[in-house]
Amino acid sequence: MSSSSWGTAEPHLPILLVIVPLFGALLVTFLRRGILAWALTLAVTFVLPLIAITLLAKVLQTGQPIIYEIGNWPAPIGIVYKVDQLSAYVLCVISVIGAVIMPFARRSIGAEIQESAQSWYYAVYLLCLTGLLGIVITGDAFNAFVFLEISSLATYVLIALGRHRRALLSAYQYLIMGTIGATLYIIGVGLLYVVTGTLNFDDMATRLGPAIADPGYRNAVLTALGFIFVGVSLKLALFPMHVWLPNAYAYAPSVATAFLAGTATKAAIYLFIRVIFSVFGIALAIDSLPIPLVLIVLSIAAMFLASFSAVFEEDAKRMLAYSSIAQVGYIMLGVALANQASLTGSLAHIANHAVMKTALFLALGAVFYRIGSVMYADMAGIGRTMPLTMGAFAVAGIGLMGTPGTAGFISKWYLGLGAIDAGHYSIVFMIVASSLISVIYIGRITEVVWFRAPSESAKTAKEAPLSMLIPLWLLAGATVYLGFDTQATVDVSAKAAEVLLGGIR
Amino acid sequence: MIETLEKFANHYNFFITIFLMISGLFIVIARGNLIKKLIGLSLFQTSVYLLYLTPAKILNATAPIYDKHYATYSNPLPHVLMLTAIVVGVATIALGLALVVRIKEAYGTIEEDEIFAKDPEAE
Repeated sequence: MSSSSWGTAEPHLPILLVIVPLFGALLVTFLRRGILAWALTLAVTFVLPLIAITLLAKVLQTGQPIIYEIGNWPAPIGIVYKVDQLSAYVLCVISVIGAVIMPFARRSIGAEIQESAQSWYYAVYLLCLTGLLGIVITGDAFNAFVFLEISSLATYVLIALGRHRRALLSAYQYLIMGTIGATLYIIGVGLLYVVTGTLNFDDMATRLGPAIADPGYRNAVLTALGFIFVGVSLKLALFPMHVWLPNAYAYAPSVATAFLAGTATKAAIYLFIRVIFSVFGIALAIDSLPIPLVLIVLSIAAMFLASFSAVFEEDAKRMLAYSSIAQVGYIMLGVALANQASLTGSLAHIANHAVMKTALFLALGAVFYRIGSVMYADMAGIGRTMPLTMGAFAVAGIGLMGTPGTAGFISKWYLGLGAIDAGHYSIVFMIVASSLISVIYIGRITEVVWFRAPSESAKTAKEAPLSMLIPLWLLAGATVYLGFDTQATVDVSAKAAEVLLGGIR
Repeated sequence: MIETLEKFANHYNFFITIFLMISGLFIVIARGNLIKKLIGLSLFQTSVYLLYLTPAKILNATAPIYDKHYATYSNPLPHVLMLTAIVVGVATIALGLALVVRIKEAYGTIEEDEIFAKDPEAE
């Protein structure tokens, strides 16, 4: 898309990315019919990737970040939105996932949520998207908190709309954990504000350098680092702060789960990378506190323990939820190793995992639409009656294992290279070993759906409708495509990693 | 001894902040009643308001009035930030209470252990 096609809106694209879904949400609340609300939401979500891709193209072309000053107040007085390689890339991931699952949503939401609540669902969905995009685009620490809470509050509602009464309890538990996480983050930001007198990320970074020379300030900065580390880790479900995630994903409506699994933890991971690399600087985090060591240990624990939990699950949605925790482990491992290759792998995995996990959850959504359950016992033999749905599930599942020729392999390859560069050969072994566990849990469900005698519900199941199959196969196709053409993921990730590591102080 | 007392007196706002923070967090963890947990959460969030406002307030300073008669004034930014944080806190507690109402309708109780007894897998 040429940059001139936006006309006079061109310079305002960064703010439009947040304002369009925000006002879209407002308009959707006025539409009482579910189908109308869906149509408007669909239109809004399809505009967002266009904006995000235009921004990414522009940043890659010029190599310079786009700074948007809200109300023409320059930083550090005003709030600025800053789009650099990393944020443009994550914006693309979130907005594309948010759009691709919308065609799927109509039938799935129509079946899972009562008519009167459907337009509320779409309004909250857009609010959640607003919050996630806002976290990624803003260049202001407090603004990031506000967007974090917008997305979190919307997420609690999305989860609570699930059909089972446990959805309410999961939403409540997530509300408690999520609020504690966000509050810890804001305590950290408060301490940083007292030390530096600014909330702008870039400005904070330049002022932190001189500040930590003073031992009194240094302690405050390290305390802030601790608070922010724990707070954001809660939001991104780093082991062992993941306990809210399996229930939340298991009982949310199918489309909400697919959306959250693809995007919500990714925005929190972005915030983590932004604060650790761009504000504190990895040097401070390494020298003063054993942050990388803690991260490596927790990530590897997540890769193994969460994968083991996934093996023994009988509920397919919970199984994938545990697998998500393990995948967050891979991403954070690359962040902890903090070299060019490992960071490239991590960032590539943000997109690759989003594509694969959304495809897997959409496939389960289609199964739920047909048979009303995703328990292994009910899904037995369903591959025979829903071959296209379960075929897509298998393709995405193979990607998740990290098989060569799929997206999952690319990111794990770079993670492995990063571990070798860092001199940690044992970590390479652990990446391979934990991938083998994912072979077991994906293999187990594959065996259930393809090779077991069909259950009562599977016998009568029909193939999913076309509006579900198209988004599903788009994502499954992308899993394979991104395994061969890595231009969109690895090349952009490498550039973003370069920028992040260039900021090492 | 006197020095310690003086230090305490000079920083008593921060001690109150930490006390509120820890007691809030303790209530969230230790109580099984869903409403009491939300009260704890609210206390925890409230402590942050104090944390921000304490360094922003300057003794004998006015509100930020741009006029030559007033030389020293308190920092307005943290006050504004905390207005936003209060709104966020209100929204969170409101949503939490709404969820508790729905949980009470669905389970007939708001005690955590009784809910888990009715729904063993929810834990």
